[in-house]
Amino acid sequence: MEPLALYLHWPFCASKCPYCDFNSHVREGGVDHARFRAALRRELAHEAARLGRRPLASIFFGGGTPSLMEPETVAALIADARAHFDAAPDMEVTLEANPTSVETDKLRAFAQAGVNRASLGVQSLDAEALRFLGRQHDAPHAVAALEKARAIFPRLSFDLIYARPGQEEAAWRAELRQALALAADHLSLYQLTIEPGTRFFTEHARGAFALPAEDDAARMYEATAEEAARHGLAAYEVSNYAKPGAESRHNLAYWRYGDYLGIGPGAHQRVLAEGEMHAIRRHRAPEEWAARVEQHGHGAVESTTLTPAERGREAMLMGLRLAEGVDPARVEARAGLAFARIVDAAMLTALLEEGYLEWVEGRLVATIEGRVRLDALLPVLLR
Amino acid sequence: MIQAPPDRAPMTDTPLNRIRNFSIVAHIDHGKSTLADRLIQSTGTVALRDMKEQMLDSMDIERERGITIKAQTVRIHYKAQDGETYVLNLMDTPGHVDFAYEVSRSLAACEGSLLVVDASQGVEAQTLANVYQAIDANHEIVPVLNKIDLPAAEPERVKQQIEDVIGLDASQAVEISAKTGLNIEGVLEAIVTRLPPPTGDAKAPTKALLVDSWYDSYLGVVILVRIKDGHLRKGQKIRMMSNGATYTVDQVGVFTPKMVPVDSLGPGEMGYLTAAMKTVADTSVGDTITDDRNPAAEALPGFKDSIPVVWCGLYPVDADDFDKLRDALGKLRLNDSSFHYEQETSLALGLGYRCGFLGLLHLEIIQERLSREFNLELIATAPSVVYKLRMNSGEVEELHNPADMPDPTRIAAIEEPWIKATVFVPDEHLGAILTLCNERRGQQVELTYVGTRAMAVYRLPLNEVVFDFYDRLKSVSRGYASFDYVMDGYAESDLVKISILVNNEPVDALSFMAHRSAADKRGRQICEKLKELIPRQLFKIPIQAAIGGRVIARETISALSKDVTAKCYGGDISRKRKLLDKQKEGKKKMRQFGKVEIPQSAFIAALKMDA
Repeated sequence: MEPLALYLHWPFCASKCPYCDFNSHVREGGVDHARFRAALRRELAHEAARLGRRPLASIFFGGGTPSLMEPETVAALIADARAHFDAAPDMEVTLEANPTSVETDKLRAFAQAGVNRASLGVQSLDAEALRFLGRQHDAPHAVAALEKARAIFPRLSFDLIYARPGQEEAAWRAELRQALALAADHLSLYQLTIEPGTRFFTEHARGAFALPAEDDAARMYEATAEEAARHGLAAYEVSNYAKPGAESRHNLAYWRYGDYLGIGPGAHQRVLAEGEMHAIRRHRAPEEWAARVEQHGHGAVESTTLTPAERGREAMLMGLRLAEGVDPARVEARAGLAFARIVDAAMLTALLEEGYLEWVEGRLVATIEGRVRLDALLPVLLR
Repeated sequence: MIQAPPDRAPMTDTPLNRIRNFSIVAHIDHGKSTLADRLIQSTGTVALRDMKEQMLDSMDIERERGITIKAQTVRIHYKAQDGETYVLNLMDTPGHVDFAYEVSRSLAACEGSLLVVDASQGVEAQTLANVYQAIDANHEIVPVLNKIDLPAAEPERVKQQIEDVIGLDASQAVEISAKTGLNIEGVLEAIVTRLPPPTGDAKAPTKALLVDSWYDSYLGVVILVRIKDGHLRKGQKIRMMSNGATYTVDQVGVFTPKMVPVDSLGPGEMGYLTAAMKTVADTSVGDTITDDRNPAAEALPGFKDSIPVVWCGLYPVDADDFDKLRDALGKLRLNDSSFHYEQETSLALGLGYRCGFLGLLHLEIIQERLSREFNLELIATAPSVVYKLRMNSGEVEELHNPADMPDPTRIAAIEEPWIKATVFVPDEHLGAILTLCNERRGQQVELTYVGTRAMAVYRLPLNEVVFDFYDRLKSVSRGYASFDYVMDGYAESDLVKISILVNNEPVDALSFMAHRSAADKRGRQICEKLKELIPRQLFKIPIQAAIGGRVIARETISALSKDVTAKCYGGDISRKRKLLDKQKEGKKKMRQFGKVEIPQSAFIAALKMDA
């Protein structure tokens, strides 16, 4: 049976970052930890009861800023998950953390609660860039946090944002080399994108700053893969780099279009049951979500059954992000639709000829050239 | 002296010597509509509260652009200084050469014209074209100098110009400001004392000129008439002298400018009739209307048909709008028989219509009305003139669409239409205008100076004018040049068809005819423009211009270098998929060229560009 991946969303942050369009909220008056702990536990129990016992491969605490959670909340949720499902012996339990001292002081407690992998939101090692990105930590903090986390967690990743306004390739290479020297087994390296609804979106539209040109961004992307590879970190996904075996198992579940539960405000869920793919979206407003959970046991606001064509597209748009590409047989199984009805045969041939796609041992893989153009490739390839 | 508007049916048996029928000719913006407003207002014809700017221009598009398309008329009562009350019928006419035909029939319904000239601008190209038509119609002409209140007004210089350029005595020109209302009385008196009354015989059989017609959603077809002899009455059985069709008159009336029914219309009068006609196509402008039982012996001299001189393809941006476009064209045609359309199919743009227009302004107006009144998003292909192909077989074929060009080896010669263009321009920009005309294969006919302004008359191929000539003219003269033209026959020319190929496939909608000497340059321009307009894609795209199999210009759009979402996790999947669904939907607006899909918007932009 397809193992589950469990995502838990903590929607609160100490401050809002100008680039972030995730479901995050700042509560000046403080957060009612007991209430949200109870609501998360209740929604998890509700979904578990509906699904029945299934193998559980990973848990991921995302946000928001989950390192602001009380360790006992994390402990309770991990314990609940282990009780509801059949946890794999090597179950991956990741928690996202910010490298401020308040939060890093709690890292050991999170480890004791069952977290075995941390993902730190470092974002940059450059003081000016950290200010631009609205982060609350400085570079020395970040380095200290990484060193501390490495001593605590067997597996560790951190995020950087590059292709920032005015950033040159040489400067990025230098910053990245410094980061690689600090890295453990995994890095997430994102090019800065401007998302609607963020402060950057408004400022960018006003012309307050400009992103690097497409060709420059493309060169920086290549430079990134090159530098990471030199340190033994392979680009296993568009923006994710890992030593072999150190890939994020939880995130691989998304990209392989596996089953995942999404618990908490704004969380998304996909579970295939009896041939139907059920998609759930939960209320984004934390207090409203909590109120619904308290009343109904869950905070879902949208529950739909995806069509085979939609499933095919989702499986492809996620799967081609991976260096391993997609296995047509798995895509067919997850979509409930023949591969030939998901991809356009003539365009597939053209894209293979162009060198954007290739067949590797029966898997369809986007080459690095194809992956860097994936958003343009998908509407061409998919029917 | 100014009397209150009549609140019920006005008298209709006005003695001929108390009627004046007149039109106003002017260059655009010289104040024709403002003067008309002022005349209507000062005689109290329309209550002040009902006044809006440009009373007579009823279509939004007319009011906004300051041009008049359909003929309009308004009946004004004026008590003159001689103590008598006169009926003044103002016939508003289109001011643009595209509508020369409409101008001529409107002028034929009047005996005199006011020539309005901006006292600061002086005579312009349109002034000339229109006043010559009025002179051709045997009109008595009263020059009126408008905007006399402006500091830049130079009435003496402009009077001299009117005498020098047009050859009219301007010593008695009426100096006014339509805007402030200054000396409107002088204009009214001049109409009464200097323009001739109409002639006609009240006892003769009915003879009325069909000046214009349009469709009114309440009344059906409304016919604008000018009575020459006899009367038109409600209930009368009338006959169209062109085809013998008979109708019973439902209603006759006058425009105040609201439509007001009257019992009958007598000689010299202008007004309307309705007679249960279904479509405007049942009426033929220039026709003579007579009494069925007591018909006139001879019809009035008619007008010659207007023939489209500029053609272009009109396509719905959304293919689903094709039916809507067909209905809209049908409705527009109801009121504008000068415009022609026939269905055609383009590989690049899908199903659409090839449409014929009287000129570029006519084209623009129809396009704008389609988008405004029918809410249609349209693509127009580059306008083309009508070429005459003399085939080896001896036959002559007309070519409306470059895409339909037959195999050149079957063609003995190609003839293209020429125009005679008049340009008025301040001295300092004359050089640039002459260069422009020469670049466009122009032949100078005449060059004269009037004060600090020059008048250049050129013969030009119409083909060179439909392609961005107006815009260039305006830009090289900083907006100071005025331009007008008349058709001037056909002449043989060394013309070639240039095809545009995208990803090695021809884009029919972009093919065009050009003189051989300009082919390379034009081909290069359009390739360069397309390179800018077509977004980079997954594949590199060659763009070529070719004459037959010979490539004359080439550009390549390189493949895009990066386009991928940086972050994509479990929560992003719905959004990403919906975006993908939308992109797939958007592909309906794409045109496939081999493995490359070009957004239709790129072709639209390419077709909109003028250089």
